[in-house]
Amino acid sequence: MKINILFFGQLVDITGTDKILVENMNDTDSLVNALHETYPVLTQSKYLISVDKKIIEINTLLADNCTVALLPPFSGG
Amino acid sequence: MPITAQLHYCHLFPEDKKMKSENTSYERYQRQIILKEFGETGQQKLLQSKVLVIGAGGLGCPALQYLSAAGVGTIGIVDDDMVSISNLHRQPLYSTFDIGFSKAEKAKHSLTRLNPDITIYAYNERLTTQNALAIIEKFDIIIDGTDNFASRYLINDACVLLNKTLVYGAVSQFEGQVAIFNSQNKNGDAPVNYRDLFPTPPKDGEVLNCAEAGVLGVLPGIIGTMQANETIKLITGIGKPLINSLLTYNALNNGIYEISLLAKATTQSLLPNTQAAFEAMNYNWLCSSANTRFEIDIATFSQHKNNPDVKIIDVRELNEQPIPSGFQFKRIPLSVFKENTASIENETVILFCQSGKRSLQAAQWLFDTFGESKKIYSLKGGILNWINHSSTQ
Repeated sequence: MKINILFFGQLVDITGTDKILVENMNDTDSLVNALHETYPVLTQSKYLISVDKKIIEINTLLADNCTVALLPPFSGG
Repeated sequence: MPITAQLHYCHLFPEDKKMKSENTSYERYQRQIILKEFGETGQQKLLQSKVLVIGAGGLGCPALQYLSAAGVGTIGIVDDDMVSISNLHRQPLYSTFDIGFSKAEKAKHSLTRLNPDITIYAYNERLTTQNALAIIEKFDIIIDGTDNFASRYLINDACVLLNKTLVYGAVSQFEGQVAIFNSQNKNGDAPVNYRDLFPTPPKDGEVLNCAEAGVLGVLPGIIGTMQANETIKLITGIGKPLINSLLTYNALNNGIYEISLLAKATTQSLLPNTQAAFEAMNYNWLCSSANTRFEIDIATFSQHKNNPDVKIIDVRELNEQPIPSGFQFKRIPLSVFKENTASIENETVILFCQSGKRSLQAAQWLFDTFGESKKIYSLKGGILNWINHSSTQ
C-alpha cells in the first residue's frame, strides 16, 4: 500500500522535499506520528491535512495510492 | 511656465470627472460587457457593489487596480502604512515619488485617476477591534490583503460576526493561497471560515512573515489579481468561485492544488459572537506569546558584541541573508533550537534573527530551560535594524 505525501510552504524547508512516498500507513494519525518522528520540527508547525484534496478533521483511513497534503498557514501580503 | 503647466495639469482631473457620461462609461467597460456571461447586467452589478480592500500592499494593490478598472462602484481602502522603498518591487500602484506618504491616500489618488466614475474611500488607519465592525459593515465583500496573522484573525472574526463574504489571499516565499470564506455555495454547504482551517493563530516564530521569509514581487501580484477575479465572479454570479475551497499556487513550477474545505462544529466556540465580545478580543496577544523583557537595543548590543564572555547566536535558518560582520557568532536555526539549547554553555547569551521576533521566541525557550541561571537577551529589531543603523553611522 503506497501513500503519496505532499508538503507545502515552509514545511518544505523542514522536510527538504515537497513530495515523499510512504508505505503501509493505515490512517492519518499513524502517518502524522511517523512524520513527526522523521521530522521532529514538524511538531512545532501548524498545518492542515487533506486526503485526496478534501480537508480532514478527524483520524481518517487511508486507501492505496491516495494523496495526503500538509498545508501550513501563510501570513504574507 | 513650468509652474503654470503644473497647475494646468492639476486641474485636468476634476475637468475629466465632469465629462463622464453614459457613453464614456460604456466605452470604458465595453470589452467585458461584450462577454455574453457578463453583459450589461454584470456591469450594473459591479457598479452597484461595495468592496473593501484591507491592506494596500502586495495583494491589495493589484486587487484595487483591477476592481477599480472593472468598475466596482464603491471601493474602500484600509491601510495605516506609508509607502517605503522596499514595497515598490511588489506594489507598482505606487511610484518612487510616493515614498513616505500614506498608502491609502496615494492608492485612492492613483485609482481615481484610473477610473473617475467610481467612489473610493481611504481609511488611513489600522484596523482594530474598535473600528473594524463600523468600517466592514458598510461593504458587501471584504478582501484580506494584510500581512500578519493578528489582522487575518481579526478580519475573519469580524466577517463571521457581520455575515460578510471574505476573499482571502496570502503569500509565503514562492507560494500563495486564495479562498472565499463565509459565503454560501450552490450546494447549500455550511459556510467555511479561516478558523475551520487554522483554529488558532500561530505563535511568533512558528511562521515567518514577508519581511523575514522574503517574497517574489510578482507572486502577490498574481494572488491579489486572483482575489480580484474571485470578487468579480462573486458579484456578477459567473463561473465557479472558490467558496469553501483553498487554492494553492506555486510560482516556481506553476503547480495549482485545490482542496475542498468543511465547516467544523468546534469553530463556533472560538469566535466572538457579539460586538462586545469582538471588541474585547486581543488579537495581537493571541498571535504573540513572546516576552519582550529579553530585548536589548542596538547601543547595548554594540557594547557587548565583542565581549568574549558573551555568546552571540544567530537563530535564522542557514540559507538566510545577510551575514553580519564585525563580531563572532554561532548559528543555531530556530527549527533545531530546542534540541540544541544544552550546547549553549556561556552565562550570557544574545540571540538575533532578521527582525527580532524569532530571537524572542528562542529567548523564551532558553529561559524555559535555564531560568535565571543565564542572562538571556534578544536584539530588538533584528540584524536588519543593526545593519541599517551601522551603515548610517
